[in-house]
Amino acid sequence: MPRYYTDEHEWIEVEDDVATVGITDYAQGQLGDIVYVELPEVGALIERGKDAAVVESVKAASDVYAPITGEITEINPALEDNPALVNSSPEDEGWFFRMTIADAGELDALMDEEGYKAFIDSL
Amino acid sequence: MSDQETDETLEELPLAALPLDAWHRARGARMVPFAGYEMPIQYEGIIAEHHWTRSHAGLFDVSHMGQLVLSGEGLDAALEAVLPIDLSTLKAGAQRYSLLLDAAGGVLDDLMVSRLADGSLYLVVNGATKWDDIALLREDLPDAITLNHLDDQALLALQGPEAAAVLARHVPEVAGLTFMRFGRFALAGHPVQIARAGYTGEDGFEISLPAAAAAEIADLLCGEPEVKPIGLGARDSLRLEAGLPLYGHDLSPETSPIEAGLTFGINKRRRSTGGFPGAERIIREINQGTQRKWVGLRLEGRLPAREGVQVFAGAAQIGTVTSGGFSPTLGVPIAMAYVASAHAAPGTALEVEVRGKRLAATVVATPFVPHRYHRGS
Repeated sequence: MPRYYTDEHEWIEVEDDVATVGITDYAQGQLGDIVYVELPEVGALIERGKDAAVVESVKAASDVYAPITGEITEINPALEDNPALVNSSPEDEGWFFRMTIADAGELDALMDEEGYKAFIDSL
Repeated sequence: MSDQETDETLEELPLAALPLDAWHRARGARMVPFAGYEMPIQYEGIIAEHHWTRSHAGLFDVSHMGQLVLSGEGLDAALEAVLPIDLSTLKAGAQRYSLLLDAAGGVLDDLMVSRLADGSLYLVVNGATKWDDIALLREDLPDAITLNHLDDQALLALQGPEAAAVLARHVPEVAGLTFMRFGRFALAGHPVQIARAGYTGEDGFEISLPAAAAAEIADLLCGEPEVKPIGLGARDSLRLEAGLPLYGHDLSPETSPIEAGLTFGINKRRRSTGGFPGAERIIREINQGTQRKWVGLRLEGRLPAREGVQVFAGAAQIGTVTSGGFSPTLGVPIAMAYVASAHAAPGTALEVEVRGKRLAATVVATPFVPHRYHRGS
């Protein structure tokens, strides 16, 4: 399954026509202890580059932007009771939501794992 | 992702480095701009550092704060014209909270005033306001008063239930200090001034020491098994749980100390005699009450309400949050807010609105987490 990354530190894993979205390990490290994740509702249409979720750390609230355009099909129910999953398992159990892929061409603009590693090394 | 909050200050000046800058970085601190300096916001993580301070002892670098000494003929009368303090009852070795007010009774800064053995006064003021404070004091105090900015002194705070045992290993005399008392001692051969005070609600100390000795003493204290370095992030969550206001957020020129519940900062004699900036409004508010009050809020759920969030009673907006976050000790979001006095009683059910969502909030007594100061027997 291909995994893509954005320069806003989100990851997108594509399986068939569904994308699973979360934030990267680098992102959770920058945010610090996460105490709340506000997720979109199932059925919501989100647009690439627009607000999709909000992550509240102890210190601040941060927006998470939609990496691609599509419709939310599922949200991670575990984050409601245990938002710290985003810290402990950001790229696995701490996923945010699943969505349809309106335009597969949008994926072409994203980075692969190697590209993302080079990107964060440059920060 | 992008942070919705801006940095703590709007300073456009280049950031300055504190004496312990390299020391923080070597311990893995994440440095952020604060009060014109690069300062450590966290080392291992805010929640872990918060719990460590509440259960053991944390070392905080607060060297950004301004340390001033005032001396000269007629000092007490001169400073009483600027601060609502009663210096006739401030004895050598004692420290007291005071407020710098403008002519309208708004808060320009909050500060600590300590009486030194020779009668002069030692002040600790906020880092973000220290240059304005110094300018104001130089302007408003007569020429006979000398203001000495101790900018070659660092300031460290050792806070937590194990702080006293740790510090007494190196300075046995601190066992004799009670809350808001201070003395001058030797620590690892360096001259230091140690006050039993702090900003976490825990027992602890603030240590003024030569900047050149700061790294050596920070190493010495963090070499004790009870002590870890703690960043600004946990300093903020600790003081919020302790119900202590933060200047620039909970206090500002737009707030009066009476609204903020800081009437104790207007010393008793001054409430009748006046003679300090803003006295007319302050004395009126003490006698007649205020239209709004600064209160603690405990929220339901897990979503924090931060500075600027509006507070509602039914459809009516009756207040605004000035500080808020997640309480690591209580495991719930807490906030401080100015609300209309009719809605300020503990137990009052209110709502806050975060990103269009109404959240239930209850007015609660502060501190949210009980203070554990060492007041002596």
